[in-house]
Amino acid sequence: MLTFIIYKSILVLIVFLISLGVAAYATYGERKVAAFMQDRIGPDRAGPFGIFQPLADGLKMFMKEEIIPTVSNKFLFILGPSLAMLTALMAGVVVPWGGKLAIGDHYYPLQITDINIGILYVFGVVSFGVYGIMIGGWASNNKYSLLGALRASSQMISYEIAMGLAIVALVMKTGTLSLGEMVAQQGTGGWWNIVYQPLGFLIFLICAFAETNRAPFDLPECETELVGGYHTEYSSMKLGFYLFAEYINIFISSAVISTLYFGGFNLPFQSHIPLDGNWLVIAQTAFFFGKVIFFIFFFMWVRWTIPRFRYDQLMNLGWKILIPLAIFNILATGVLMYALGKV
Amino acid sequence: MQLTNRKKVVVKKEMSLAEKLYLPAITNGMVITMKHFFKKGATVRYPEVKREISETYRGQHVLKRDEQGAERCTACGLCAVACPAEAITMEAAERKKGEETLYREEKYAAVYEINMLRCIFCGLCEEACPKEAIFLTDRIVPTDLKRGEFVYGKDKLVEDINHRIDLSGRQTKEVLEFKKDKTKAHNQTWADKQKLLKENKHH
Repeated sequence: MLTFIIYKSILVLIVFLISLGVAAYATYGERKVAAFMQDRIGPDRAGPFGIFQPLADGLKMFMKEEIIPTVSNKFLFILGPSLAMLTALMAGVVVPWGGKLAIGDHYYPLQITDINIGILYVFGVVSFGVYGIMIGGWASNNKYSLLGALRASSQMISYEIAMGLAIVALVMKTGTLSLGEMVAQQGTGGWWNIVYQPLGFLIFLICAFAETNRAPFDLPECETELVGGYHTEYSSMKLGFYLFAEYINIFISSAVISTLYFGGFNLPFQSHIPLDGNWLVIAQTAFFFGKVIFFIFFFMWVRWTIPRFRYDQLMNLGWKILIPLAIFNILATGVLMYALGKV
Repeated sequence: MQLTNRKKVVVKKEMSLAEKLYLPAITNGMVITMKHFFKKGATVRYPEVKREISETYRGQHVLKRDEQGAERCTACGLCAVACPAEAITMEAAERKKGEETLYREEKYAAVYEINMLRCIFCGLCEEACPKEAIFLTDRIVPTDLKRGEFVYGKDKLVEDINHRIDLSGRQTKEVLEFKKDKTKAHNQTWADKQKLLKENKHH
């Protein structure tokens, strides 16, 4: 029992630290990617190639003056960013980061907990994340913040439906809600889910952009119209928490996309690779992180390519295109499964 | 009545299916950004690498000394008159006995100030100067924290006697040739003049 608790605590700590580390370096990566795409160099002063830039940025955030507006609701004002950070970090619990490590004669799975409704848990936590933004924006007692919060909540609610419907089709195919089992199926059952669910993947990807408030769906923080959106009034590390939570969300979204549609930690043509035991587990975890980093890069690539949607376009896309498309995807999946005799 | 053939009828074109899907356009855009990702940046890493500038670049001014190290400026005020931004002010003073090695002419600028925030670096002061005293150089005016610090006095403008600034690159061949002619008063230093006076007395 004690070893179990120690092992879980260590795993939790590692996932926590990796989430923070990846998020910190995602800020650096974002600046570099943006710079390269705009024919610039990007941060290169703090250390070789500027690799200490995240530390400098973090230090800056901590040293800044902390301002809490007198007209704000102080309790909720502080609760907002805390909630955003909390929900961002919680979603990493069900993601399977790798196979089972064998130490002695015990097996230690590299997944904190494989609850049998894993994907629903992710959904629950992600939709909880909108409260951080909503509460923060409302408690600021500022019109721009309120508009940003309003946009954030309506956007998240609209896109969660399409996202959920995209997942329904996937669940029909896999027959399980557990992320661990989904990965296992993709490892043994041949193809990755992207082959069976290309349309579902596309819908899920677009909704993931909207859920993480990334361009082209970054209306809640839309600098050109709303100053800073929901975090206009925030300063110091409270602002840092909001920005950080966004990057953690990107990291988790990338991990979930890889898990659901790109075989999780499975290597391509895994059965032909002459590796076994712990080496295979390590290779799998490394490959999984490769996939995750590719998707983080993809998020940035899209951000620095396309402009922001207009608010009515956003709502049109969500309600009139993505939701019908997701429903069509469910029907098509059902018909195909029936035709192929899988039901 | 039609005046030219340049009119263009604006039609609100219905978008095709491919355009409505957005995705082909987005893919094209992403291909373009990816091409730029591997391009070399246009950035110049400034303090370490300096951009190539022309020999006649118009940067921070210098008040030249002559070969003997005496200030060339005679406080005639032509630069201040020529200055379109009214950035130059000066106060003249008369040279006292024993200051001949400090100032080239009998009159000199006791105070000479250029407001670098007003200056537009047009180089008209350089053109106006009859004594080859003021030149613009390839140095860049550094930043500062207070507006007052940008009013440069003689301490910053007069060239350091130990670190002369070579401006021969700014001058045309004809000017450089002319400057070698020591019989012209313009090119004579105070020492040259003394020498000439002595020689004249001898004759």
